[in-house]
Amino acid sequence: MNFTPVIGLEVHVELKTNSKMFCRCTADYFGKEPNSHTCPVCLGLPGALPVPNKLAIEWCIMIGIALDCKIPLFSKFDRKNYFYPDLPKGYQISQYDQPFCVDGSITLSNGKKIGITRVHMEEDTGKLMHSGDDSLIDFNRSGVPLVEIVTEPDFDNAKDVKEYLQKLQQIVRYLDVSNADMEKGNMRLEPNISLKKDGEMGLPNYKVEVKNINSFRFVEKAIDFEITRQKELLEERETPKQETRGWHEAKQKTVSQRSKEEAQDYRYFPEPDIPPLRFEESYISTLRSKMPELPDEKMNRFQKEFNLSLYDSELLIRDKESADYFEKTVEDGKKFDINPKQIANFIINKKPNLSEVLPAELIQQITASRQTSHIDESELDEIIKSVFENNQKAVEDFKNGKESVIMFLVGQVMRTSPVKLDAQMVKEKLKNALL
Amino acid sequence: MKINVTHIAKLANLPLSHEEKQKFEKQLEETLSYVENLKEIDTKDVEPTSQVTGLENVTREDAASPSLTQEEALSNTKSIHNGFVKVTAILEQ
Amino acid sequence: MNLNQLTITEAKKGLKKKKFSSVDLTNACLEQIKKYDKHINAYISVTEEKSLKQAEKADQKLAQGDNSPLLGIPLSIKDNFSTRGVRTTASSKVLDEYIPPYNATVVSRLLDAGMVMLGKTNMDAWAHGSSTETSDFGTTKNPWNINHLPGGSSGGAAASVASYETIAAIGSETAGSIRQPASWCGVVGLKPTYGRVSRYGVIAMASSLDSPGPITRTVEDSALILEVLAGKDENDATTSEKTTATYSKNLNKDISGITIGISDDYFQGVDEEVKQAIMDTYKPFEKLGAKIKKIKLFDPKYAIAVYTILQRSEVSSNLARYDGIRYGHDRSFFGDEAKRRIMLGTYTLSSGYYDAYYKKAQQVRTLIIKDFEKSFGEVDIIIAPTSPTTALPVGASKDQSMFGELADMLVEPSSIAGLPGINVPAGFSKNRLPIGMQIIGPQFSEELILNIAHKYEQETPWHTTKLDINL
Repeated sequence: MNFTPVIGLEVHVELKTNSKMFCRCTADYFGKEPNSHTCPVCLGLPGALPVPNKLAIEWCIMIGIALDCKIPLFSKFDRKNYFYPDLPKGYQISQYDQPFCVDGSITLSNGKKIGITRVHMEEDTGKLMHSGDDSLIDFNRSGVPLVEIVTEPDFDNAKDVKEYLQKLQQIVRYLDVSNADMEKGNMRLEPNISLKKDGEMGLPNYKVEVKNINSFRFVEKAIDFEITRQKELLEERETPKQETRGWHEAKQKTVSQRSKEEAQDYRYFPEPDIPPLRFEESYISTLRSKMPELPDEKMNRFQKEFNLSLYDSELLIRDKESADYFEKTVEDGKKFDINPKQIANFIINKKPNLSEVLPAELIQQITASRQTSHIDESELDEIIKSVFENNQKAVEDFKNGKESVIMFLVGQVMRTSPVKLDAQMVKEKLKNALL
Repeated sequence: MKINVTHIAKLANLPLSHEEKQKFEKQLEETLSYVENLKEIDTKDVEPTSQVTGLENVTREDAASPSLTQEEALSNTKSIHNGFVKVTAILEQ
Repeated sequence: MNLNQLTITEAKKGLKKKKFSSVDLTNACLEQIKKYDKHINAYISVTEEKSLKQAEKADQKLAQGDNSPLLGIPLSIKDNFSTRGVRTTASSKVLDEYIPPYNATVVSRLLDAGMVMLGKTNMDAWAHGSSTETSDFGTTKNPWNINHLPGGSSGGAAASVASYETIAAIGSETAGSIRQPASWCGVVGLKPTYGRVSRYGVIAMASSLDSPGPITRTVEDSALILEVLAGKDENDATTSEKTTATYSKNLNKDISGITIGISDDYFQGVDEEVKQAIMDTYKPFEKLGAKIKKIKLFDPKYAIAVYTILQRSEVSSNLARYDGIRYGHDRSFFGDEAKRRIMLGTYTLSSGYYDAYYKKAQQVRTLIIKDFEKSFGEVDIIIAPTSPTTALPVGASKDQSMFGELADMLVEPSSIAGLPGINVPAGFSKNRLPIGMQIIGPQFSEELILNIAHKYEQETPWHTTKLDINL
C-alpha cells in the first residue's frame, strides 16, 4: 500500500508589542519573577474587562497581508470557552467565524503553493509547569498577543513543513512584529498529520495533532516519526486514533496525550465586552503601503538589480539587517568602483562580523584585499628561486603534468613575499619559469 | 426535550451529585419551556445584536503600565509555591 | 429630623453651612445600622473604622473650601463592586474571603468625589435574582414590612436607603435589579443607558446588559450621583464616548408638550392596586402639561425568553473564572441558583443549540430594539408599572426557578434594548407597601427622564412619606 501524508499546520506567533493584548501589563514576560506582571484583567479577577491593543491588531493584519490574505472589512472577537488551570477567565478571547485575515497562500522554493486558511488574533494562556504531583502556574504570559496562522492540509512531507516554518519566521522577523524564536516559545507549531491511501478521494477520516515541538531541529524528525507510526498502523489495517500527541524530545517519539474523540465544545459566542471592528478600505491600504519589502521580493530584486545568483541572493536576504547592510555597502562601493558581486563574494566567503564593521569600513577592507603592491623584478625572481629550491617535488610534479600544483606554488610565493602580490601575475611568471 | 445534564455539568466544570442532577434536570426543562415561545417570532433576515451601544473600533494604544506586584496578585491565592500558583492533580496530561 | 434621614442635597447644604460635620452624618448612619440592621440585614460588611477616617478627611477638606460633588456624603455600595482592601463577595460563599486589590471605576470616581463608604450591601448571590433571598448571607428584609422582601438583586442597597441606614446607595441592574427593589422599597432607582457608566470592577453577570446606577431618596440625588458616575472609561470598551450632562441642572424644566406613552401590554398580570396607582399618575402628568398616549409595544412576554437565554448564556461564561485556583473557593461552593443558571447557559451556547437559542434570542433582541425606536418616534418617554406586584412575602422566591424573570417582565424589554429607566415612588398599597412607576426613555436620554421624574415627584406626596421603623 502506498500512503501520502496529509499535513496541515497551526502556527502561533507571539507578538513583541509593549503591552499585552487586552491590558497594559508589559508583554515582555520571559525570565521575570513569576506572577509579577499581571493585573486584574490578565489574572481574570472578578470585574475585570478587556480592551484590545490597536498595534497588535495592525500587526496581525500585516502578517495576513504578507501571506497574501484577503482582509475583510468587518471583524470581531469571540469567546472560546473551556476549563484549564492556565486559562484564568475560563475562556480565551479569540476569533471564530470572522477573523482578521482569510484565504491567503505562500509558495515554496519547489513551486508548491500552500493555502493559508486564516490568520487571527488571540491571547496567550499562563504557563503551566509540572512539579511532582502538583502543577505550578505563572500568569505573566497570560494575555500576551498571539497570532494564529492556519494552513490548508496542503503539505505532504516534513521537509516542506520545515521550509514553510523558516519562511514564516523570516517574514515575521522582516515585519519586525515578533522574534519568532521557537526555542523561546514565541513561535509554536502544531501540525495535524494523517495519511491518505493513494487513490483515495477526499481527506482521511482521522487526524492526529502533534504538540510540544519546541525547536527547529526536531520539526522534521517529529513529523517523520508520526508519519511512520501512522503508516505502520495503517498497514495493519488499523485506523490511527484521532487524538493529540506530544513530541517527547528525550524519547524522540510522539506520545499520546488526550483523546480528541470527544471534541471539545468551545461554545463560541461574540465577545460582549469588546465592540466589533469595522475597517475602512483606506485603513487597509495604509497598512499595505506600510509593508516593508518582503524576503521573496527582495531576493528577486537582488538577483536582477545586482546581477547575483539565486544562491547568493538567498543568503544575503536571510535576515533583514544583513540585506539592508548589503545595500548600504553597495551604495558606498560605487565611489570606489567596487561592484555588488564583489561585495557579495566578500561577505559570503569571508563572513565578516557585520555588527562590528560599518559598510564604509567594509568597502575599505575589500579595496585593501584587492590592492596589490609593486615588487622589484629581481626580488621576485629571488623568491621564486627559493620556492623552487624548497619545493622540488612540487616542481617535479608540475613538470610531469600535474597542472594543479601550480596553485600551491603560487601560494608559497605569496606567503614568502613581503608585500601583497597579484596571484594571476605570479601564476603567469611561474608557468613561464617552469616551461 | 431531554437535557443531558451529565454532559452539560462536565462542560460547565460543575461537580454535581446524582440527586442534584435529577433535581436540576427537571428545573432546567421547566426553564426551557418558558423560552419556547421565541419560536413564534419570525426572525428571517434579522441581524443578531450583540452590542446595543452600536460602538465599533474601541481599542487602546500599545503602552505598558505598571502591573500588580506579585504580592498583590497572589493576595487571595490559597495555594502558593515560590511565587507560583499551585494546583494539585491536573486532568490527564 | 435625624441626620441619616437627609437627602444628598440637604446633607450638602448642611455641611456647607457647617450645621453638622461629615463625621456627624456618618455616625448617624452607623448608629442606625447598629440599631436596625440585625433585623433588616441590608449590609454584608460595614466598614465603620474606614468610614470615620474618610469622614474626618472630608471634614478637613470641607474646611479648606473643597467643593467636590459628594464630599463627606455617606454611601452604601452593593457587594458586587470591587473595593480595594474591602471584602467583596457578590453575596456568594465562593468569594466570602475575597479582598480585591483594585477599585471598580465607579468606586474610584465616588472616592474622588469625596464619598464616605459605609459598607457593602447584600444582594442576590451573583445578582441572580429579584428578591435578595438567594444571598448566601441571609435575606434582606423590606424596611416597610420585615415579613416582606425588598426585591433584588440590589435589595440591600434599596433597603439601606429606605431604612435610613445610608444617605444614598449604589446598585447595579441587569434587568430590573435597580428599578424593582427601588419600587418595592419606595425609593428612587435609576438604571442608566447601557454604556453610560463603567462596568470595570463590577462582578459581571450578563456583560451585554449590566448597568451600575444610583438608588436614592429623591430624583435630584439620583442626578447628582449620575454626574459623578457617567462618562467614558478607558478600562471599559463598552462605555460611550457621548458627552455627559450636568444632570441636576435642568430638573425643573417645564414638561408641557411632552408625550408620554403607555401600553396595555404592560398591564398584563399586574395587581389591581398597582395598575390603579399607575393610572393615577395620568392626572399629575396632565397637570404638568404632558399628554398621555396609548401605544402598542412588543409583547413583554417574549422579553422573558430573550432575557433568560442571553443572561444565562453570558453568566455561564462569566462565572467560568471562579475555579478557586487564583482566589475564592472552588465551584462546589456555588449555590443552587448559580449552578442552574450556569448549566442552562452552557446548554443554550452548546453545539447544536446555539442557533436555536442564543442566536435566536439576539435576533429577537434586534426586533425589541427596533420596536422601541419606533415608539420613541411617536412618544417622548414611556411609563409603566415597574413591578406587577408590591413586595412579596419572605419565602416567595424559594425553589421558583423563574421567579426573577417573571417578576421582572416589565423591565426586561428596556434592559435588553440598553435603554435608561428610572423608578419613582407612585403610591402605596392598602397594606402600606410601596408601589413604583418606571419611566423609560431612548438611549442616553437620562436628562429627559430625570427631568420628568423630578417634576412628577415634586407634584406628588410620595417622596415626603417618612418611614417609621418600629423594630
